[in-house]
This record gives sequence, structure tokens and C-alpha cells, in this order.
Amino acid sequence: MFDSKKKIINNQYPAWKYLLLMLVIVLGFIYSAPNIFGEDPAIQISPVKSIQFNKTTEQSILEALKSAQITTKKVEFSAGKFLIRLHSLDDQLKAKSVLKQTLAKQAVVALNLAPATPSFLRMLGGQPLYLGLDLRGGVHFLMDVDMESAIEKSYYRYIDEIKAELRKEKIRYLGLVYEDEALLAKFRNDESLEKAKNLISIQFADYFTQETSSISKSPSIILTLKPQAISEAKKYALKQNITTLRNRIDELGVAEPVIQQQGDRRIVVQLPGVQDTAKAKEILGATATLEFRLVEEKADAVRAEKTGYTPNGSRLYHFRDGRPILLKRSIIVSGDNVTNAQSGIDSESGSPQVNVTLDGSGGRKMLAITKKNVGNRMAVVYIENSVETIKVNGEIVKKRTTSKDVINAAVIRGQFANRFQITGLDNPNEAQDLALLLRAGALAAPMEIVEERTIGPSLGADNINQGMLSIIAGFLLVLVVMAWRYKTFGMIANVALTLNLVLIVAVLSLMQATLTLPGIAGIVLTVGMAVDANVLIFERIREELRSSSVQSAINAGYEKAFVTIADANITTLLAAIVLFSFGTGPIKGFAITLSIGILTSMLTAIVGTRAVVNYLYGNKPVEKLSI
Amino acid sequence: MSKKKIQNNQKTIADLTTNKLINFMSYRKLAMIISLVLVLVSLTGLFVKGLNFGVDFTGGTIIELGYDKAADVNEIRDALQDSGYKGAVVQNFGSAEDVLIRIAPIEGMQSAKISNKVMDSLKEFSSTPFELRRVEFVGPQVGEELTEDGALAVVYALIGVLIYVALRFEFRFSIGSVAALIHDVIVTIGVFAWTQAQFDLTVLAALLAVIGYSLNDTIVVFDRIRENFRTIRDGTPVEVTNLAVNQMLARTIMTSLTTLVVLISLFIFGGEIIHNFALALIIGVVVGTYSSTYIASAIALSLGVSKEDLMKPIKEGASAEEQEAELTRMFLEEQAQIEAKEALKAKP
Repeated sequence: MFDSKKKIINNQYPAWKYLLLMLVIVLGFIYSAPNIFGEDPAIQISPVKSIQFNKTTEQSILEALKSAQITTKKVEFSAGKFLIRLHSLDDQLKAKSVLKQTLAKQAVVALNLAPATPSFLRMLGGQPLYLGLDLRGGVHFLMDVDMESAIEKSYYRYIDEIKAELRKEKIRYLGLVYEDEALLAKFRNDESLEKAKNLISIQFADYFTQETSSISKSPSIILTLKPQAISEAKKYALKQNITTLRNRIDELGVAEPVIQQQGDRRIVVQLPGVQDTAKAKEILGATATLEFRLVEEKADAVRAEKTGYTPNGSRLYHFRDGRPILLKRSIIVSGDNVTNAQSGIDSESGSPQVNVTLDGSGGRKMLAITKKNVGNRMAVVYIENSVETIKVNGEIVKKRTTSKDVINAAVIRGQFANRFQITGLDNPNEAQDLALLLRAGALAAPMEIVEERTIGPSLGADNINQGMLSIIAGFLLVLVVMAWRYKTFGMIANVALTLNLVLIVAVLSLMQATLTLPGIAGIVLTVGMAVDANVLIFERIREELRSSSVQSAINAGYEKAFVTIADANITTLLAAIVLFSFGTGPIKGFAITLSIGILTSMLTAIVGTRAVVNYLYGNKPVEKLSI
Repeated sequence: MSKKKIQNNQKTIADLTTNKLINFMSYRKLAMIISLVLVLVSLTGLFVKGLNFGVDFTGGTIIELGYDKAADVNEIRDALQDSGYKGAVVQNFGSAEDVLIRIAPIEGMQSAKISNKVMDSLKEFSSTPFELRRVEFVGPQVGEELTEDGALAVVYALIGVLIYVALRFEFRFSIGSVAALIHDVIVTIGVFAWTQAQFDLTVLAALLAVIGYSLNDTIVVFDRIRENFRTIRDGTPVEVTNLAVNQMLARTIMTSLTTLVVLISLFIFGGEIIHNFALALIIGVVVGTYSSTYIASAIALSLGVSKEDLMKPIKEGASAEEQEAELTRMFLEEQAQIEAKEALKAKP
């Protein structure tokens, strides 16, 4: 600012500064504008896997709505999805059920509130604020993936692989089992042990470290997964679980769900607008999968249960009512092979059933087995893994439970391949859920909900109203205080403060940062603190006025206060950054609005007010300031 | 306008004393004693009564229900007792229609499902219809993490401040400001301990905001102390500090006022959820205003901050420019005064 050897005191802004300021103001108003248009009740229709919408879909949607006498406001098609804007909330519910019937299994039909932003604003990229769940209502889940199970599972996967390799190389082994977070391989003699060691160090070098063990009498080695392989397993489990969750949530029909990884073992799920949390919890947390096994017909299950002895190659299971049954150890196919599943009612018995479609390899296996086993029974095993963290005597412990129930065992009447029915389910709801879970795929590892925050729609609306009320009340009070203390200069600061609010809203809207209730509190706090810069400047001008002229007092007030303002704001930013880096959802919202507010206030309170002050008083013969 | 002539950039205390100075610093011993007592009382509260931690930290379930008419808290309590939730705390929340149910973690129960089970059993028992307003469930492991992270956040914020102030000012100032911040945090927590107002995540966020705010205040005073040390040729450090506090008094009061005004608006209108957040900030702002005046500067003084400590940077090249700029400004100022006078004369 001191290139001014020619000018006396530089209380004038160059034109470009005014232009820049005008530009900021115009942009501020444009990007905060979308927030005043409200929202349309709407229906969002997205296709299920492998289906693409076309003209006929649109035709059928429109016809269905027409025949139900629902008038649409607008039908939009973008990114493969339909968005149908409607006039009322009643229409919305009606339209949802109508469209669900029409499109049946081809699409996910979800209720949505679509911002009614005019198209010219949308073309400029204008969007309304992204409201957090505490403002719009909905469920927030934090799910913890049971990584210990994931690692265990990956050990089991390797058992099969290693066994296959050993057989291929004709190395004879006594056993290969998972024990104490490692694999224990036993051999008949040292020779095969050495061969196996050699094989593993070549084939599985990347995955296992091996160590000779003296646990058992026979020569044996302990195989432990390398840290890298463990982290691979964890990453895989997390990724797989996120994919599965996404599929399941699509099945639930939620508009704009958020599914995000948090840290290295957690997944955040946010479902705006969902109220039935019981159903959501069941579906999201369920680990149910199926296995199809042949029944061991040669032995008696009841006796096996009594004696505890099961014939080679078989295992004891129980029906849901407690009856025992012996099943063969080898699995025919599992839930992983299921490509589609639909619930229905068996037309003969009227009992619920699930129609299952298998993939190619599953179909081939099924065909081969059923061909040889006509007249034998095949059982469907329903497996559920769950994990929960509970406090026992003050200690935090993880409790894992696995239940394996046989839901039915039916005689194979003829050979079949990739299409068949499962019966024996308790009720139609169970059939529906099972079909959904089979369609969406299995979780790689069980998960538990470790945090839930549900906000009902009425509370969300209340939160917005109360938040707005406190912003407005606080804002007006600050305006009064400033005008009372600093007269004309106070009014200038008030203009800057108003502009600051507009800018905060514009930046938040543009960034699509989540606005939460603490975020609103952050805005309120910013309103109170943003004037600090002006208070500092104005007090300094008053002070300077005692010893110098008007022009130099203005100049000195702004110049000298600047360092102080910068210092003070940097420290507040520091606190906001700490807040952001440690905070969870809502707290982050507070940190974000506080930081944005501090930055925009620097602009409005320093540059903004200076521009007005310079325009009014700059280099003009003013005797007295109204300050 | 002042009649004093400005000969160079070194003013005296008398030059700058137009109003009566309040001798803040003479009360600094008393203030220290008061603060010490406040801190001790707060710590006693913390140890004797402890904090009433929210589910964010303890783990457990909170259910907020909105009834159509005034809710019968006793009936709800009985219904919960009958369904086996013995430890459930039931109370009104903000209004007679709103009810808040707190359930501590129950041993050996699938905790995430508690809220749904409670809803089911209340639906069975209750005669008045109600709707679900809010559920918060925090698992025990998350509660522990949040407690740990929260404590760490406060510590990190303080360390950050220590470094920033040490870099920007001087080490003794940095100790003074951190002492003031710790004082503010302890006193705010103390009020929460004695009143047993609920301490949850938002309150923790408020504490961090208090740190930011109080520091803001402290920095503004420090900044002025530094400036005074540089521009005033006489005066002991105590006098210089006292002058700075006086000069910033109007600003301190104004900013505290505007901040308090919005916080009170938040406290009154912001709703029950944000209540304790606003409370923590209100206490923090009041205490922070006081501590930045007394604790921060007083400690810096008693550690022996002197003129020389803050003059150091002036010797460096960059600051020489600053001095030059200051001289230029002085010159321009005089010119402007002459111009202004001439302009006045020119007027008929």
C-alpha cells in the first residue's frame, strides 16, 4: 500500500477493487439464491442391475401416472435415472405405489425431495445447501466390520488352496487346520514336511511365513499370514461389504444414500428420510447366506447326536425346531453362486418360497450332483453370523455367534440346474428378506452397528426452524448493537455482516458441505465474532482520531488493526482445524461453518467496509466522522 | 484533535493517556487468587461430582419421543421397568410433550436393537400416541474412542496455540496464553460438573471454540502490548501492559457483547439439543474475556517480559522496512493534517 509517494494518504480504492468486490457480491447472491426456492416432492426411479431405461419406460411411467390421475410437474431423465416432480406429498405417496407396481422388479422407486432450483441457476452450478441428517431427518449408522472374522475367513480360503496344491504335488499330509490365528499343517514324515515347506515357500511366499512347530508329535509347520496379506484381507472385506451394503440399500429404495468408508474398519451409512430403522438394521446388518448340501442318508442323525460320533465326511446340523440331521461336509453350492432370487408363494401349498437362479458354475455343479442323487435329499442351510460388542464387568468384549439352521431337506425328484425353489420358510416376510439378501450378495465379514443417530422428520424441521430463529435473532441484535455504538460506521459494518452471511451460505452451497445443527450454531457464532474485525478497526480509528486527522485516522485504523485481526483469526482457525480433524459428522459441520465464516468475514469486514468508507469519506474534506 | 506535537515515533505513556486509565494490573494479585480459587472449586467439582457425560462418551441409548399431549413420565417409566429396562432414566425434554429416555449399555444385549425394542414395548403400553423424534445409540467402543479423541483434541489445540504464540510473539506470552486457556477450560468444565448439565460432543466442540475465542482476545491484548513496547519510550512493563489493556477495553467489551448476544439468542431459541453447547460458550466467553485481561498478561508479566524481548524482531531486515513504513506514515499523516487544515480554510 505504500507505493504512494505521490498521493498523500491513500484512502481510495482503485476501480478494480470495487469491481472485484462487486463480482464477489454478485456471485454470493447467485450461489446463495437456490436456497430460497424450496423443494418439490418427487419420485426417483433408478434401474436395477443390468436394466436400462428407454422411451418405453418413460411411456409406461407416464401412462401409469395418468391412469392414477396424478399430474406431474416435470419429468427429468439424467444419468440413467428418472426424477418425477409432483405437486403434493399425497401425490408422492400415491405415485410411489403406482410406479412400484408398474415397474415391478426393473427399478428402485424411492421418495425424494428434489430442490426446485430454477434451471438458469442450475446451469450455473447453483444448488441449495446440503442438509445433514439432523436437519432433514433420517438414519445415520456407523458399522464396524469384524476384521478378526475377515482374517479368519481368508485363512479358510487358503486352506482349500494349499490342500489343492499339496495334492497336485502328491505331498501327503495328515491335516491342515486353522488354530490360534494361524494354520497348522501336519505331515506323516519329515520328507513330506520338507517338500511342503519348499512348495509353500515358492507358491505362497507372498502370503505366509512358516515356522516348524513341535506342538504335535508328527512333524508340522505353522503358517501365519504376512502383515501385507492381512491388510489385503481387511481391504477386501471392507470393499466387499461396502458393495453389498450398496446393493441392499438399493433394494430398500432410499434416495441419495451415503455409504462411505471411515477409517480402516468402519463404514458410514446415511439414509435420508428413512424412518423404519428396525427394518433397515435387520437388512444392513444381516449376514445370512445359504448353503446347499446333500443329506447323509446312511447314518442315523439321532444316534449321532447322542453318541457325538458322526460318520466320516459328514456333520451334524439341526432343523429350526431342533431335530438333528446329518449333512455331507462338501458344499454343493453356496449363496455366492446365486444371481437372482425372488420371493413368491407356492401355488400348491400356499406357503412362502424363494425362487433361486444360480450362475453358470453353480448351475453345472447342481446339475452334476442332482443327476447322481435322484431320490436322495438335499438340505438348505441358513447361516447367520453376528458380532456384537458388549460390556461384561466393565470390560469391552466382542461376542461372535454363528447359527446354522437347516430350513428344509427335500427329496431330489429329478435333475435340475440353475433354477429351483426353496421352501420351508416361516412366513412371507422371511421369504422376502431372504430373497433380498441373496440378491444383494453376502457380506465378506459380519458387521455390527456401533453408532446410530436417527432423527425423525418433525425434529429435523424443528431443528431448522430453531436454528434459523437463533440466527435471525442473534443477527438483528448484533445489528442493533453495532449501529448504536458506531453510528454510520456501524451501519457500514452491518452491511458487511449481511454480506458475510450471504457469502457463507453461497460458499456452503457451492461446496455442498453438509450443514448440520452445530453447523448452524457455527454460523450464529460467526455472526457474533465476525464483527470483531470491525470493532478492532473502528476502535482504532476512534483512538487515532484523538491525535490525527480524519483521513489518516481511517488509514491508520485499517492498517494497524489488520495485523491484530489476522493474528486473532488465525488462532481461531487453528482451533477450527483441530475440531475438524478429530470431529465426527455434526461437529465437523460446526468446524466447517466456523472456518468459512472466519475467512469470508476477513473479506467483508476489512475490504468490504473499507470500500464503503473510502467511497463515503476517502480523500474528501470531512471534519468529523460518525463513529 | 490533540495539540501534542509528534516529533518522532516514540511516544510516552502520557501522550497516549487521554481518558483515565483503570489500573487493571494493580489488581492482578487479587485476580490470580480469584482464578486460583475458581480453578480449585472447579477441580473439586470435577472430582466430587464428576461430569454428567452424555451417551457420546458413556455409550448407551437415547430415545426422544414426542407425545400428542403432555406425557406421563411415570407411566413410561413403569412401562419400561415392566419390559426389563430397569436402569432407564425418563425425563421431560424441553416441553411437557417431549420425553427423553436414557438407557445405559445393558450387559449381553444386542445394543443397536434396544431402541426398536423400547419403541415396541412403549407402543404396547402407552395410551397416548407418540412419534419418534430422535434415537442416539453409541456402542461402548465408540464411546471410548470419542472420549480419547476428545481429550486429545483439546491437548492438540493447546499445543498448537503454544507453538503459534511462541513463534508469533514470545515464549513467555505463549505460556501466559496457554495458562489462560487451561484456566478457561477448567472453569467451564467446573460449571458443568457443579450444575451436572450434560457434557456431550457438542459441549466438547464448544470448549474448543472457547479456546479459539479466548485466544483471540488474548492475542489482541498481546498485540497491543507488543506495539506499545515498540512505540513508547518510557514506562515499566507493568505500565505498558496496563495501557494496552485499557486501550483494548472498549474493543474487548464490544466483541464480548456481540458474541454474548448471539450466544444468548442461541441459548434461548436454538432448542434443547444446542442448549448446553450455548451454555458452555457463554461461560467460556465470559471467563475468556476475564482471563485474557488478567491471567494471560499477568503471567507473561510475572515471567518477566520486557521491552527488549519484543524489540528483537525489529533488528531484522524485514522489520526495518516496517519501521521505514511507519516513518513514512507519520510523514504522510502530518501532510494530511496540513492539507485538511488548508481545505478547511479554503471553505468560505
